[in-house]
Amino acid sequence: MSLSEAQVTQIAYLARLSLSDDELQDNTKDLNDILGLAEQLGAIETDDIEPMAHPLHMTQRLRADVVTEIDQSELFQSIAPKTGNGHYLVPTVIE
Amino acid sequence: MEWETVIGLEIHAQLSTKSKIFSSASTEFGQTPNSQACAVDLGLPGVLPVLNVEAVNKAIKFGLAVNAHINQRNIFDRKNYFYPDLPKGYQISQMDLPIVGEGEIEITVDEATKVVGVTRAHLEEDAGKSVHDMFNEYTAVDLNRAGTPLLEIVSEPDMRSAKEAVAYAKKIHALVQYIGICDGNMQEGSFRCDANVSIRPMGQEKLGTRAELKNINSFKFLERAINLEVERQQDILEEGGEVVQETRLYDAVKHQTRSMRSKEEANDYRYFPDPDLLPVEISNELLVSIKADLPELPVEKKARFITQLGLNEYDADVLTSQKSLADYFEVMLESNEKNAKLCANWVMGELSASLNKHQLEIEESPVVAAALAQLVARIGDDTISGKIAKDVFKAMWEGEGSADEIIESKGLKQMTDTGAIEAIVDEIIANNAPQVEQFKSGNEKILGFFVGQAMKATQGKANPKLLNELLRSKLN
Amino acid sequence: MSIHTKTIAQLAQGLKDKEFSSVEITQHYLDRIKQSDLNAFVTVTDELAMAQAQAADDKIASGGASILTGIPYAHKDIFCTQGVKTSAGSKMLDNFISPYDATVSHQLNQADLVMLGKANMDEFAMGSSNENSFYGAVKNPWDKSKIPGGSSGGSAAAVAGGLSCFATGTDTGGSIRQPASLCGITGLKPTYGRVSRYGMIAYASSLDQAGPMTKTAQDAAIVLNAMAGFDDKDSTSAEQVVPDYTANLNDSIKGLTIGLPKEFFSDGLDDGVATQVMNAVKEFEAMGAIVKEITLPNSAYAIPTYYIVAPCECSSNLSRMDGVRYGHRCDNPKDLEDLYLRSRSEGFGAEVKRRIMIGAYALSAGYYDAYYLKAQKTRHLISDDFKKAFAEVDVIMGPVSPTTAFDLGSVKDPVSMYLADIYTLSANLAGLPGMSIPAGFSNKLPVGLQLIGNYWSESKLLNIAHQFQQQTDWHTKTPEEG
Repeated sequence: MSLSEAQVTQIAYLARLSLSDDELQDNTKDLNDILGLAEQLGAIETDDIEPMAHPLHMTQRLRADVVTEIDQSELFQSIAPKTGNGHYLVPTVIE
Repeated sequence: MEWETVIGLEIHAQLSTKSKIFSSASTEFGQTPNSQACAVDLGLPGVLPVLNVEAVNKAIKFGLAVNAHINQRNIFDRKNYFYPDLPKGYQISQMDLPIVGEGEIEITVDEATKVVGVTRAHLEEDAGKSVHDMFNEYTAVDLNRAGTPLLEIVSEPDMRSAKEAVAYAKKIHALVQYIGICDGNMQEGSFRCDANVSIRPMGQEKLGTRAELKNINSFKFLERAINLEVERQQDILEEGGEVVQETRLYDAVKHQTRSMRSKEEANDYRYFPDPDLLPVEISNELLVSIKADLPELPVEKKARFITQLGLNEYDADVLTSQKSLADYFEVMLESNEKNAKLCANWVMGELSASLNKHQLEIEESPVVAAALAQLVARIGDDTISGKIAKDVFKAMWEGEGSADEIIESKGLKQMTDTGAIEAIVDEIIANNAPQVEQFKSGNEKILGFFVGQAMKATQGKANPKLLNELLRSKLN
Repeated sequence: MSIHTKTIAQLAQGLKDKEFSSVEITQHYLDRIKQSDLNAFVTVTDELAMAQAQAADDKIASGGASILTGIPYAHKDIFCTQGVKTSAGSKMLDNFISPYDATVSHQLNQADLVMLGKANMDEFAMGSSNENSFYGAVKNPWDKSKIPGGSSGGSAAAVAGGLSCFATGTDTGGSIRQPASLCGITGLKPTYGRVSRYGMIAYASSLDQAGPMTKTAQDAAIVLNAMAGFDDKDSTSAEQVVPDYTANLNDSIKGLTIGLPKEFFSDGLDDGVATQVMNAVKEFEAMGAIVKEITLPNSAYAIPTYYIVAPCECSSNLSRMDGVRYGHRCDNPKDLEDLYLRSRSEGFGAEVKRRIMIGAYALSAGYYDAYYLKAQKTRHLISDDFKKAFAEVDVIMGPVSPTTAFDLGSVKDPVSMYLADIYTLSANLAGLPGMSIPAGFSNKLPVGLQLIGNYWSESKLLNIAHQFQQQTDWHTKTPEEG
């Protein structure tokens, strides 16, 4: 399995990254090298193995349904790139 | 060609918790923009989600209410996509192991009942809101709604008409309110429906290509949007075209649907288990205790209305179709246990008609349940007739007072004094000799004339039963 | 002995005896930082530090001090610190003044510590050489032409270079142990779930764990006492009693069974490193420990497993960096797509982009089973290897890194860089605690000995390390002398 530059462009878009021509070339090589490393896993028999998503066998703890947060919108918006009328602003989205 | 419509619904019900599903910020509706978006809701670097116990309990409640399998071990996944109202760039949802598995619910359309399958129901977080008309060059994002708990209820493609889809949606709508997990407010977006609609030639097994209709915020629009989509698909197929799988947005103003997110097919959500959350485990004890605390469900209430109160199937169905309606009716029953049928008639008759006419919800009725109960009680104890009661109800609607006050102030109490009615009857018989003759020669219908005269003389207050008895005995 | 070579325990004693004040030692460190060219700090918080030092001195005077009161430290720039820039070594967060404190930051403040500044690191903790920082590479205090290791390279260099008494670090695939090893200090990665991850900018959520980077095992125990504990803001934090980690430091290790995985001593391990590691093992034998060869048969798969799992999680974790609510936003975005594409492409460095793309690909439709799911399964096998090993031995020992610190700029190919993580990744995949302690020098560069313990065995690891440090003086060596 080998990734083409077109596929890498597509993957980059999926992750909302744009690559220059040089970056595309470099990344295509690097990604293929890294995936080549991953191909080693194909050698291991894992049919009956449970996937392990967490290192510990714990279960989810549940939080009481209590409101403890206060309005900190002013503080939070002080570090935002662009706000207006208490909203976060982005270029117009056409649905 | 004859076509068959196939509909499945995805309903998003906001769970009525105080705090959000993964943060301790308030879920209250209509607050200052972003005032309820805390660090976790904003997806600041480093923040982590912690699951709200009430969201879990409410989801379990729903599952038990539709006889569903509860997955006692369920997993939260991340659904990855970029959108300004999705702060983390992923939505925490449940993919492979949702909290609620397969269940079912019964619907009734045109007196035919049918079972609709519930495929699954899963917990997820709501997104924020994008406001497109506040600024010329910008879309404004309010993240107060971000993180509000949602239960996404997915049905099987079991509905065959817009009417069935509406019946199913209404059933779920009533149910979530009955069990107290969602306020059902469609205007505020607490209860939202997406419809997957496809058509296929009658008799064909294979499903046609479906379109997903979004942005539907009332049952009326749901029916319209589906019918519109069915027509659109029929037109395409009959002209030899092909339906494309897409998401279509319903525009209630223009009464049309339009394609949205043309890049839909390019979307790859890259679901994977959320490493910040651990598997949720639900104990048998919790299931038993939630089951024990479950209120009477609509289907149980309906059965009870039939067996205990003697209502017919139709009345029982209507009265249990909305929690608010059933609540109203049951408050009336508290003081009117033996007048159940009369109560039902009044709720479904005069009250419903007046509410419709004034476009009011039952919660907004100027005549509250206890007040209407008093009026019905006065019919039941023969204080007034059903006919007079309608006038009293109008006065009550206008705010003129309670039933008893209006009956008293307007002097509407029925005459039950045999002597007084007898005197009036005697006078009428004496003054209408020809009609007496007609009755005696066998014209039974003429009795109505005497009743009318007597009612006129008593301004309608004569007890009809007493009056009839007296007239018959005097005329014979 | 000068102030900057003293341990926490020694500084605490000096503060108590009024030998010096916290203000004095803080000023001493700040002066050293100012003169240093190691590039160990992204931000130096001198004013805050002096205020904290003053407050600590007041507390010491009034008699309410604890052992950590007034001790200056360097905080890895991955921990959110309210009102202080928290960059995670990225241009993306170059303008991010955190509006809140990480739980660890809060705990360290509660302990009356003095934060000298935020330590440099590989961008979003992705790297093994600290060359991936937006703020430039960090230099190894032992040889400034060498890398300090990563991703907690700034932390390690600060401690080894005498720029702070200790430092915090985080370890996702070796990021505490490897720089500790290459800089000749003591580093502990606790059991996953031991230290709260809340407010620690996530790289790979199921692998990340914070821990202390110190001069000695005793200091590590003292700092871990302050960092460890259950946090109700972190669902993956364990509701496990926190022992006093200093309590068992002096226990005898006679009869301790040490496992040496044969896979850790195969091809690729530098001879000089192997010699120092084996010498250290012999030292333990002399102390009464029993050495056993063991096998971790799947450990070779730790690299491919890790380099699928971690990128998958990071590709999703870093999606929030979108230029909307905080962080870098490109100039004049022409539409939403442009805002996302340019903000992210300008904000992230090459290694971060690479890992995001690997993750996005490995999770995408059609490849999920072959990559992500497969890696989660091999992760299970790697974890099971340890289970079997710990049925036979008390602790596993081996090298931390196959080589000593290499030249800055010498490794350009990402895969070669990844291969150097071979000995550290598996502890993260399994969630086990691990340490690096100074075990000698090879070509005048420090060599670390790795200890891997069973779950929640931090006390035991610290005890073993402390006992070693009672018998050896590698941990007391400083670059000036070396």
